[in-house]
Amino acid sequence: MRYESPTTVEAAVTLLANEAGKAHILAGGTDLLVRLRSGFIEPDLIVDLKRIDALKSITMESDGLRVGAAVPSAMLNEHADAVAGWPGVCEAAILIGSTQVQGRATISGNLCNASPAADSVPAMVAARAIARISGPQGMRDVPVEEIATGPGKTSLAKGEFVDSILLPKRAPGTSDAYLRFIPRTEMDIAVVGVGICVTVDKTGTCTAARVALGAVAAKILVVEAAAQALIGTKGDEAALNALAAACSAAATPIDDKRGTVAFRKEIAGTLAKRAAKIALSRAEKNL
Amino acid sequence: MSQVHVTTKINGDSTEYLCDADETLLDVLRDRLQMTGSKEGCGTGDCGACTIILDGRPVCSCLVLGAEAEGRSVETIEGMANGEELHPLQRHFLNGAALQCGICTPGILVAAKALLAQNANPSETEIRYWLAGNLCRCTGYDKIIRAVQSAAAEMRGETHAA
Repeated sequence: MRYESPTTVEAAVTLLANEAGKAHILAGGTDLLVRLRSGFIEPDLIVDLKRIDALKSITMESDGLRVGAAVPSAMLNEHADAVAGWPGVCEAAILIGSTQVQGRATISGNLCNASPAADSVPAMVAARAIARISGPQGMRDVPVEEIATGPGKTSLAKGEFVDSILLPKRAPGTSDAYLRFIPRTEMDIAVVGVGICVTVDKTGTCTAARVALGAVAAKILVVEAAAQALIGTKGDEAALNALAAACSAAATPIDDKRGTVAFRKEIAGTLAKRAAKIALSRAEKNL
Repeated sequence: MSQVHVTTKINGDSTEYLCDADETLLDVLRDRLQMTGSKEGCGTGDCGACTIILDGRPVCSCLVLGAEAEGRSVETIEGMANGEELHPLQRHFLNGAALQCGICTPGILVAAKALLAQNANPSETEIRYWLAGNLCRCTGYDKIIRAVQSAAAEMRGETHAA
């Protein structure tokens, strides 16, 4: 195995394109090193992104906030504009692992690891985040929900990697929230995760919503019926109950040691109600 | 496998080593540099026994490649005491019996030091969340939390040295 730490995106693309064997990207490394040490993967080449200055930074662009693929969760949560503008994405990112993991783990890595239970992904999907992919054919921008195709599988072609994620600029009265359920208070994998982004008008009526569920299907689920249950309402009890019912109905979880199918379906609704309340109250403050 | 030549700073000292490309920084510290204070509990980033400070952030050295340390700044438990003079956290852990078998202790001390560097007066809740990634199977954590609190108070100048 070779280790390379290029200083430009172009150099990283070239290294990956020229590698005949198996190549893996090292961003935060909190998933990659576990797989490497367990022998689950046997790379010929590891390309470390953390020497590429552009990918280590968070930049306000005209269309939103760009988060480089080498930005750890802790750094994202130290960025005042990120926390103020995208609180749901930031709170999801800072739920991943421990303090030590948060100092390394990245939202790009969380996305490309393609776990159905990834914490930051439902929040990013709700925020309509866009992944920027670099590869031998150049650059392309893809909605984050199109990256994972199933547990551990992505739509990235050989030689491609996510170099950054754009959190698109928000209309006034927009905000988000992420909640997850775990059996303990910290350091666990989501049994259910819910990301919700809403926009409200001056009367407090919801005019746009996006609801994404994690850990209840092979991929992150976008629940359009749940969004429709909120739109046109002020988040009253009837609307929240309809939202919860839509989330429970959409969830197609598995039974495992952390939760049964019935439990996960119910919790998906309960968490969606709570997350919607938080997102709505944050959105009203952004008018 | 070709080896990687790394020049880095460990506890303030410029250090050079050769390591395999897939070798963790924890293995480099323990097996090549004979700095065995950092422990391997799980090797998967769950237990925190291998916690070091890398460029100012606490991280699990089992989840860092040795090759990644090139040009970085690494702080380990070996750099915590000033010669024979223990760090206040170390003294309060001893005096408060905040350890039994001691395997988790270096990682907890390093992680706690990083916490106090950014928050001189953390609440009990903040300490518990910050140290959630440092597992201890002996103490039940209460004495650890109290030792961090009393060390923090001393470092703020509110109490005399223990």
